[in-house]
Amino acid sequence: MIGWFTLVCVSEQSSLSGSFEELAMPLFDRLYNFAHWLTQDRQEAEDLVQETYAKALKGFSSFQQGTNFRAWIYQILRNTFLTSRTGLKSTATVPLDMESDSPMLPAVKDTPESILLQRSDRQLVQEALSRLPVPYREVLLLCEFEEMSYQEISATLAIPMGTVMSRLSRARQALRDTVRELHG
Amino acid sequence: MGCEAWTEKLDAYFDGELPASEARSLQQHLRECATCSALGLAKVQAKLVVKSAGQRFVPDPAFRARIEKSMTGRARSSGLSLSLKGRGWLPVFEIITVAAVVLIGAALFLTLHRERGEQQLISELVDQHVATLASANPVDVVSSDRHTVKPWFEGKIPFTFNLPELQGTPFVLVGGRVSYLSQSPGAELIFRVRQHQISVFLFQERGPTRMRENEAVQTALSFQVRSWRHNGLSYFVIGDASPQDLDKLSELMKAAG
Repeated sequence: MIGWFTLVCVSEQSSLSGSFEELAMPLFDRLYNFAHWLTQDRQEAEDLVQETYAKALKGFSSFQQGTNFRAWIYQILRNTFLTSRTGLKSTATVPLDMESDSPMLPAVKDTPESILLQRSDRQLVQEALSRLPVPYREVLLLCEFEEMSYQEISATLAIPMGTVMSRLSRARQALRDTVRELHG
Repeated sequence: MGCEAWTEKLDAYFDGELPASEARSLQQHLRECATCSALGLAKVQAKLVVKSAGQRFVPDPAFRARIEKSMTGRARSSGLSLSLKGRGWLPVFEIITVAAVVLIGAALFLTLHRERGEQQLISELVDQHVATLASANPVDVVSSDRHTVKPWFEGKIPFTFNLPELQGTPFVLVGGRVSYLSQSPGAELIFRVRQHQISVFLFQERGPTRMRENEAVQTALSFQVRSWRHNGLSYFVIGDASPQDLDKLSELMKAAG
């Protein structure tokens, strides 16, 4: 028991030795990609990433060592975006009922839409993703591209796990619908 | 549990969020149900399309350099150490423990990272196998003669390989085609056993095509998968035939060396 306790304490201390740069810079390209997806503009994405790094560095001493750094810095980026002019504008257009922890949509059968998505090219899916409302776009990117677990997404977006699942389900449906529209 | 109940769990399953016991039951159902299996395949492919589409924007190198410089400047001016060094002296035994924990952590991370990479690799190969079966022209060289198929690959792929003698076995060589994995060319050989088609993929053993184990037996979307490494090549045998058939074909390929 004492051995385990020592191990845990030392393990936490060891994580302190990880520098901010060592933790944050490997995420730079992905954070920028995510920021550009959110803002849809290169200059705004650069401003967002710069502000995120500045806030993260400032708050690094309060970062709970041993917890998930990736979720923490993505959360900073997202909160910074939400308080920006573009962020406020984009979320203002999203209906509130979408944010509720409502049950998931019924499972989608192998409908033409899902086959369509499966056969769609990358460019068309990118166009469809960029047309989705921000809450759908971000949850899809965090799950599919960042390969975050539901728990990490829950921490990043500050929403309950149940909402992560229902929002993902709706986001996937919305993406299929948008791809179908783009196919004409 | 009926198909409808299982399909509701497919997303969580492919997101890696289904509890292990439920995941096993779902795997069993996917092996037995062609409809759910096809739906599962569509979901996996849709996930891959979105994953690929997600990588779209690349930062300007000058912007990265600006951020790095700005980080160093801010840290210095605020007196905050970027590396949090000099946090005090740790006794020698603790340093050793720290090193051990870091090493174990790194090993665990690398193992998990590798496992995820391997699952993705197998998933891509299963997709290629399914695409081959669905194609109107599944092979580029149509021949049951190994002395025709093997020379056909000369100059098309950067390695050579041996094909087994199939006389007296239930297997028939259908032909072959050039396949690509992580931008590397390789060979896909198609064999038939009774009504089943089996793909054998050969790639140079390097980078993402290097498997963790010398030999592995897996299943992916109800397909049987056998893999091994030999002479600098990675071999993958994929099909919906019985496990015994895949083992037998794998043994024949290994014996041919």
